[in-house]
Amino acid sequence: MVESNVGPVFYILAFLIIASAVMVVSLKNIFHCALALVMCLFSVAGIYILLNAEFLAAAQVLIYVGAVAVLMIFAIMLTTNLASRNIKQVTENALVSVFICALFCLGTIFLLWATPAKIWRYATESLPVDNTAIIGKYLMTEFVLPFEVVSLLLMAAMIGAIVLARKERS
Amino acid sequence: MLPYLALAAVLFSAGLFGVLTRRNTLGILMSLELMFNAANINFVTFNKFISPDNMIGQMFAIFVVVVAAAEAVVGMAIVLLIYRNWQGVNVDNMRIMKW
Repeated sequence: MVESNVGPVFYILAFLIIASAVMVVSLKNIFHCALALVMCLFSVAGIYILLNAEFLAAAQVLIYVGAVAVLMIFAIMLTTNLASRNIKQVTENALVSVFICALFCLGTIFLLWATPAKIWRYATESLPVDNTAIIGKYLMTEFVLPFEVVSLLLMAAMIGAIVLARKERS
Repeated sequence: MLPYLALAAVLFSAGLFGVLTRRNTLGILMSLELMFNAANINFVTFNKFISPDNMIGQMFAIFVVVVAAAEAVVGMAIVLLIYRNWQGVNVDNMRIMKW
């Protein structure tokens, strides 16, 4: 039986994640939202480390914080004129959305809480310590086809972005 | 395990709220990233607590991260294109495909 109770580090990270996620979806200035998103992604990397997924945590910091968030900030600076930064950011049906999302969230948590513990079939052994090496092995053996497909996808995305974003020459 | 899943549920709901209510396209994309992260937390949690003998959950999370990066790149390019054509990225203005 893997130890399942969580320590204070989890609660700190969970508080950071939830607080920054709420900031991402509710702040008025879209630039501040991007900064809150960076904090949220960092805290999720911390959660991955708590879950013994060190490689995924490193990939999260490199790809999300290093690439995606910077890309977001670039796009915000290119598209939003900062003079009109205090425009209303949410649509008028925000109250209905709050209701729907709260219902979804509470429903999911109720389902988790109401599920009997024996349904989960917890594993008896714990995660191997060298799971980064195992990931490398998997990438080269069982998952070699998805690996190649995903590299093709990345190249297609790169070419697509260049084709879409360049100026029309006429 | 349950605290991690509950955290993922809250994070997913926050992202869902953002997708439903944001007017800025970039805000919608950012909320989408939140939802991807919630799904990833679920994958890694189940991998650790249910089936630690194979690493399928973590592999899947890695592929989700990569596909999210590709999605973000293409999404940003489309947003820049929309900005160039309509001088704004609010979704209220994008009704060209609406009947």
